[in-house]
Amino acid sequence: MVERTPVFDAICQAILFLGLLIALVPFAIVIIAATHDIRTVNTVPMPLVPGHDLYANLAEAWQRADLGRKLFNSVLFATAVACGKVILSAMAAFSIVYFRFPGRSALFWAIFVTLMLPLEVRIVPTYAVAANALAPFQAILNVTGITWLVQTVSGIEVKLEWGLLNSYPGLILPLVATATGTFLYRQFYLTIPDELAEAAKMDGSGPVRFFVDMLLPLSRPNMIALFTIMFVWAWNQYLWPLLVTTDPNFGIAVTELRSLIPSEFGLPDWNVAMAGTLIIMVPPLIVVILMQRWFVRGLISTEK
Amino acid sequence: MEKRATFSSTTIGLLFVAPMLVLIFVFFYWPSGQALYWAFTLEQPWGGGNQWVGFQNFQQLLADPVYWNSVIRSLVFALSSTVIAMGLALVLALFTDRELRFHRAYRSVLVWPYAIAAPALGLAFRFILAPEAGLLSVINHLSPGLWNPALDGTDAMIAIVIAFSWKYIGYNFIFFLSALASIPRSLTEAAAMDGAGPARRILDIQLPLLTPTLFFLLVINITESFQDSFGIVDIMTQGGPARATELMVYKIYFDGFKGLDYSGAAAQSIILMLLVIMLTVVQFRFIERRVHYK
Repeated sequence: MVERTPVFDAICQAILFLGLLIALVPFAIVIIAATHDIRTVNTVPMPLVPGHDLYANLAEAWQRADLGRKLFNSVLFATAVACGKVILSAMAAFSIVYFRFPGRSALFWAIFVTLMLPLEVRIVPTYAVAANALAPFQAILNVTGITWLVQTVSGIEVKLEWGLLNSYPGLILPLVATATGTFLYRQFYLTIPDELAEAAKMDGSGPVRFFVDMLLPLSRPNMIALFTIMFVWAWNQYLWPLLVTTDPNFGIAVTELRSLIPSEFGLPDWNVAMAGTLIIMVPPLIVVILMQRWFVRGLISTEK
Repeated sequence: MEKRATFSSTTIGLLFVAPMLVLIFVFFYWPSGQALYWAFTLEQPWGGGNQWVGFQNFQQLLADPVYWNSVIRSLVFALSSTVIAMGLALVLALFTDRELRFHRAYRSVLVWPYAIAAPALGLAFRFILAPEAGLLSVINHLSPGLWNPALDGTDAMIAIVIAFSWKYIGYNFIFFLSALASIPRSLTEAAAMDGAGPARRILDIQLPLLTPTLFFLLVINITESFQDSFGIVDIMTQGGPARATELMVYKIYFDGFKGLDYSGAAAQSIILMLLVIMLTVVQFRFIERRVHYK
């Protein structure tokens, strides 16, 4: 700044350094513990010099938590959620900002309200819906009498059923159904000059062409930011995957952390637990470090 | 804000918004409605549909000391972790914003904790704070039995608060730093010219201008402490010892999926929903009032 304040600067540096330590020490402990053998990891205090068993511990954790399969599922799941959000939100926001039709603002609020109630809060009924994703439509048909009508006319009983438990759509779809991305895109579209749309219309472009050729390329930075945030967010989901995937073939890495908690009997093998933690926490960390610039900007403009 | 140039085709407009609408109808509105229905009904033990019971589920809940226990634990957790996470993040952001040496390193590293999954850091902290191994076990070496989150409720609460705050320091730090960056340099420079030292500038210029961000983060931190805490609690304490860390979302999960008491869990969900909606509404009213102030 403009003046010299050596004492205050030194205090700041000391506190910042302390903050840095607080942020880094847990990472360091996890890494160091993952390199020890089971006896060393349980000595008090734990030696802070890394041991030589990192590879063996990683292999053991990999095998115990079935991480090959689980990491594959995690990548698939997080990518799908992020892509779904990026695409569907862009479309929904386009409709809300660039079209005039009756009930448009009601639609905006209908989408916007979903920001208020996160999945965790309405977990029980959402689980019931996932057991049969078409149940809402079935109920509507029953109430409006269409089921009865079809049955009396054609003799066929209308029974809509689409179970989502233990399936990829069941993992992914409920997490796409929130408004975070729609809101981000809406804010961005509002900053795009009107002249752009006017010029496009003058040149005879319809809404679809305008969306694909102008809006999407312009919103590339927002898309990258949203993708990063949603990837990390989806990767770190825990409660929903825990409930929906009882079949190990569809489990994801983060819920596998449960199987890594050392048993209470015998010497706890924290070295393996920490090795597994290390494997599971590294992918989103890498994404954040690589995309930090985008990530920070996106997080700020969404104002979730 | 409204656009001047718009497209008039209602069909295409609706087609664009349709996929999102279908998703939120099936996975948001329907379940929320279902929760309301369950909260006011009781499932028959031998099947045969739900019976309307009015406010009985809520009355039962509100008369239940175990439920109040989880409410109070949630509030203790929310308040203490919010204060720690926001306080530390604010100090760190204010100092990083002074752009001393290494500020780039601080800026990137202090964000890292936010990237870690709650259950992963839960397991890491379970080890770090374990009474018999890890980092804090040293305390027990010096004075046995002083620290034991597996047996002592207070210790367990402290442990989950530490784990949760650690993650949210990173989150709050990002927001504070960007809010600080948006304060015009000319303001702080003018104050410096008038002889205000760095501490005085922080107190009289930066902090007052940060109040909208402070309030926004306060609400976000409290709501996140209701949801994002589940992974930490499930990995670190499973609600124990003796329900000392049974937070509201954990209790909903436990009653609904382990106890199969859908009506009770739904009633709890409704109360939590109302709480979260209330917080959000308060936040929007406040932010609205702040907008013309800019």
